[in-house]
Amino acid sequence: MCISVSETRAKSKRIVSYAKYGYIFIAPFFIVYCFFMVYPLINTFILSFQGNGNNVGMGVGFDNYKVLLFGSETANVKAANARDASEVYWSSWGNTLILWAGNFIVQLALSLLLAVWFSDTRVKLKGAGFFKVVFYLPNIITAVSVAGMFLMLFGDTKFGVVNSLLMNMGLTDPIRFVTDPWISRFVVMFIQSWMWFGNTTLLLMSGIFGIDPSIYEAASIDGSSGMHQFVHITMPILKPIFLYVFITSMIGGLQMFDIPFMYNTGGTVPSFLRTQATYIYTNFHQANPNFGYSAAASVILFIITAALGMIIYNTNNGDGRQKSKKGGK
Amino acid sequence: MASQTEKGVLKDYTRAIKIQQVIRFIVCILVTVIALLPIYFIVVNATRAHIDIVKTPASFIPGGSIVKNFNTLMDPDAAMGMYHSNFDLLVGYRNSLFISGCATILSVFFSGATAYGISVYDFKFKKAARTIILAVMMIPTQVVSVGLLQFMMKIGLTNNYLPLILPAIAAPATVFFMLQYMQSSFPVDIVEAARIDGSGEFRTFLQIAVPMLKPAFAVQAIFAFVTNWNNFYTPSVLLTNNKLSMKTMPMMVAGVLGIQKSVDNGVNYLVVMLSVLPVVIIYLCLSKFIVRGVALGAVKG
Repeated sequence: MCISVSETRAKSKRIVSYAKYGYIFIAPFFIVYCFFMVYPLINTFILSFQGNGNNVGMGVGFDNYKVLLFGSETANVKAANARDASEVYWSSWGNTLILWAGNFIVQLALSLLLAVWFSDTRVKLKGAGFFKVVFYLPNIITAVSVAGMFLMLFGDTKFGVVNSLLMNMGLTDPIRFVTDPWISRFVVMFIQSWMWFGNTTLLLMSGIFGIDPSIYEAASIDGSSGMHQFVHITMPILKPIFLYVFITSMIGGLQMFDIPFMYNTGGTVPSFLRTQATYIYTNFHQANPNFGYSAAASVILFIITAALGMIIYNTNNGDGRQKSKKGGK
Repeated sequence: MASQTEKGVLKDYTRAIKIQQVIRFIVCILVTVIALLPIYFIVVNATRAHIDIVKTPASFIPGGSIVKNFNTLMDPDAAMGMYHSNFDLLVGYRNSLFISGCATILSVFFSGATAYGISVYDFKFKKAARTIILAVMMIPTQVVSVGLLQFMMKIGLTNNYLPLILPAIAAPATVFFMLQYMQSSFPVDIVEAARIDGSGEFRTFLQIAVPMLKPAFAVQAIFAFVTNWNNFYTPSVLLTNNKLSMKTMPMMVAGVLGIQKSVDNGVNYLVVMLSVLPVVIIYLCLSKFIVRGVALGAVKG
């Protein structure tokens, strides 16, 4: 009796003595994270309650939020451009959502088709390995260079590659791929889809590979057709990964910066491509920075991103719980 | 009789599959063309002279001016010195390579250490640490950039590479990947065995765990390098003095494409090509690991 107590005490002592190494191993991560993420985040919160331009450091309460969300009439802000700040802010939300939604729909449709084909064991696709490598390639190319590349290909005048091809085919006037609001938005959506469809295909495939092939075999024996199987087996099982792809793409879309920032010939981002990230950036990246507006917009963006992240986190945890339950049985 | 109709059905079935195969293959070839054509045009036009590009912008046949374009790019007086003041190939490569290289090493090493600490040791905040890392994985740097810039200005770290390199130590997504990997292919008992043999905790990590985790390190190193090489946002926020000698490759590309007058299209295409050359080479050499890694990182829970 006495011996066993001392034994367990010795054992627990040993575990406790190693615990400190756990802290040592994880300490660098948390110290650096606090320094470069947590404190800057707190600082962003603080700045969002302070002034703009020359009034940085002056407390203004909720004025920045009021100006951005409801217009300047609701607040007494001394900074310049207060009048149209709200209009610009909301239009940049509109652009962000338009650009993201347009690219996501195209991307998802194509990726789903490709993912199903790649993982179909009955109809073996020749060269699948090669196709996967090629389809992912656009994703690793520097986004700034991608924007520059498409800017030169889709030039506004007959000197653009695409326009010159179209004019050879009989088009009389060049299409304004860069300066027409909707056409240039479509080009940006296309660029985003071009960059990301390979990535989405691989993500969806990892979900499809998790499906037990015997389910399809059983369905085939019961006379279920390919389309029927897709709707009633593949889609429901893919639901969690769909949600994951949807939310990560949306979080990515909210940060969309490089392409809309670079896709112009004038050196400034046109109003029809101004996204949340470019709005935040241009507000503090100027001679007399509007830290207040920028910070307030960042805080709103952070809250939305965190809420979206929560959804993924919860579904992940839910899955884990389900799995462990099954394991327990 | 019955067997004949069966044969017929089988024949129809194989024919249907063959047709499907051909249709899918053709569609995939079309998508391949869409994926590669823009890149192909860049490479071709980088080899053509400005005059030819203006005459016929779209060409599938490479020209012979790549050396001339390269010389124009390097020439201090070309285009009224515009290229020289916005672009320096060697400096750009050097800066981007330095930042990406350091960030990659730090990211992989410390993510490995963090994941190791959480998987191997028992301590009070083990679960909390894991939960926090998972929870913050989705928070983008964009939302803290204002606070970060103002903070760095206060402590004098703008126009310094440290805030571009050091944050790599805390990469939640990489830690998550390492945690997953350790769960499936790192037997914790081995640490106990090493302890009995008298190995210290850090030596166990460096000499036993790190070699065993090499495959995970390799995949994450590739991703970290490509991500850091391509990063345009953070350097543009923090390198505020606009000095060419400090700029990264994407910043230089942005600078060249921002030039309004006296441009040489062939040179511009060449700049874009040169900026992506390193990552494309890395990708083509290691595509197998990358394509596999994307899917591995995605499987959650």
